[in-house]
Amino acid sequence: MPKLPDHLELKRTRVSCKLDAPNDTESILYSGAYASMDVDNSSLESFFKDFKVVVNRITEDEIEFDMIGIDAALANAFRRILISEVPTMAIEKVFIEKNTSVVQDEVLAHRLGLVPLRVDPRLFSYKSEKDEPNEKNTIVFGLHARCEQKEPRRSVKSEELSWLPKGSMFLLEIENKASSSTTAPKTYTNFKSSQDELPELSDNPIHPKYPDITLARIGPGQEIELEAHAVKGVGKEHAKWSPVATAWYRMLPEVVLLQDIINEEAEKLVQKCPANVFDIEDTPTGKKATAPRPRSCTLCRECIRGEGWDKYVALRRKKDHFIFTVESTGALSPEVLFTEAVKILEDKCERIITELS
Amino acid sequence: MEHGSYQNPSASTFSITEEDHTLANSLRLVLNKDPRVSFCGYSIPHPSEARVNVRVQTTGDPAGEVLKDGCQNLINMCEHVRKTFDDAVDKFKNSKATDSMDDSQ
Repeated sequence: MPKLPDHLELKRTRVSCKLDAPNDTESILYSGAYASMDVDNSSLESFFKDFKVVVNRITEDEIEFDMIGIDAALANAFRRILISEVPTMAIEKVFIEKNTSVVQDEVLAHRLGLVPLRVDPRLFSYKSEKDEPNEKNTIVFGLHARCEQKEPRRSVKSEELSWLPKGSMFLLEIENKASSSTTAPKTYTNFKSSQDELPELSDNPIHPKYPDITLARIGPGQEIELEAHAVKGVGKEHAKWSPVATAWYRMLPEVVLLQDIINEEAEKLVQKCPANVFDIEDTPTGKKATAPRPRSCTLCRECIRGEGWDKYVALRRKKDHFIFTVESTGALSPEVLFTEAVKILEDKCERIITELS
Repeated sequence: MEHGSYQNPSASTFSITEEDHTLANSLRLVLNKDPRVSFCGYSIPHPSEARVNVRVQTTGDPAGEVLKDGCQNLINMCEHVRKTFDDAVDKFKNSKATDSMDDSQ
């Protein structure tokens, strides 16, 4: 198969960062873009052959990996889905029985909503406005904090939220008192079974991911008693449901030395770079600059500033190589989050196929 | 959903609700890679309305069929991404496990 000439191949595969602005930033998608040169640009087959993932780092709530051989459109789709469409559980309704602290009810409720919960959202279903809260769509937490008269002022922390697997303990006000004597008293939820009977939850009780989030401060004699109901949702409705603190990618930087840079010039170059990309190599002809750490390049363009330096160094980015980082808030592990995001994109396609047929 | 003409099924606009750049841009990618497509682009008519219009013009095949194939291609690509990713994670975890075993010796 004929190949593209070098200058076009460079424009196709690299963003070149010039002093004034980055050039060639768009990806050339159209399959017939190079038809006049007999070059086929429909690269779906080569995607299946060449796509690669290399994991750099996995911790409990962070993953960094390289995605090689994929277009920005897909990488960005995964990023957008991670931020706004992968579901988690978060506190949505707060029933306040008593709040004599200085924190207003609505402020306290908002703070509760933002507390990350360590629970797998795949065990639960969405609750619509009409649904009755039951064991499949609602998680109930109770909080009762009190500061005694003689005690010093103290913080109420997220660890004081205790999971109530049997549902709400607050009784509904019943108008007809007679019927309540025969049946169990009605509460704000309608749980048919206790949630801790679920095998996934019995040895893995639900609790806030971090025990030390301050919810409120209470002084002597003040008291907070409330119930918080968590439901399933997605980040595009409210950021409290977003499963990631951040999910981002950057294209792999490429630092090319266009000609030999020797002696004083080499030392100047090493001095110029704040990200420590360059090194000096001793050769028989003298000191020579090398660029062994392009990954640390932040594309600050300090090295091509000044008269004539852009003749020595070229800064580029590979258009199909993404360094992807996902930081989970704790509901799911970051690697599971990414696979969930890919599945959501598949579901979207399936919806289009069924609607068209 | 589909706005086209019966006389010429090779060009249509598909109006997709509850979707945004996430799906539309990915579809634009796979459809442009399809040699049967002569033009594909999308627009979001109004930012506060959850709707995206995808325009597909082909060299002759019905646009709806081409869009369906595009969706199927995108699904295949996603499956491939997922599989490659899972393999890479497994590989990384295994190498970590053997590393820590070496350390303990």
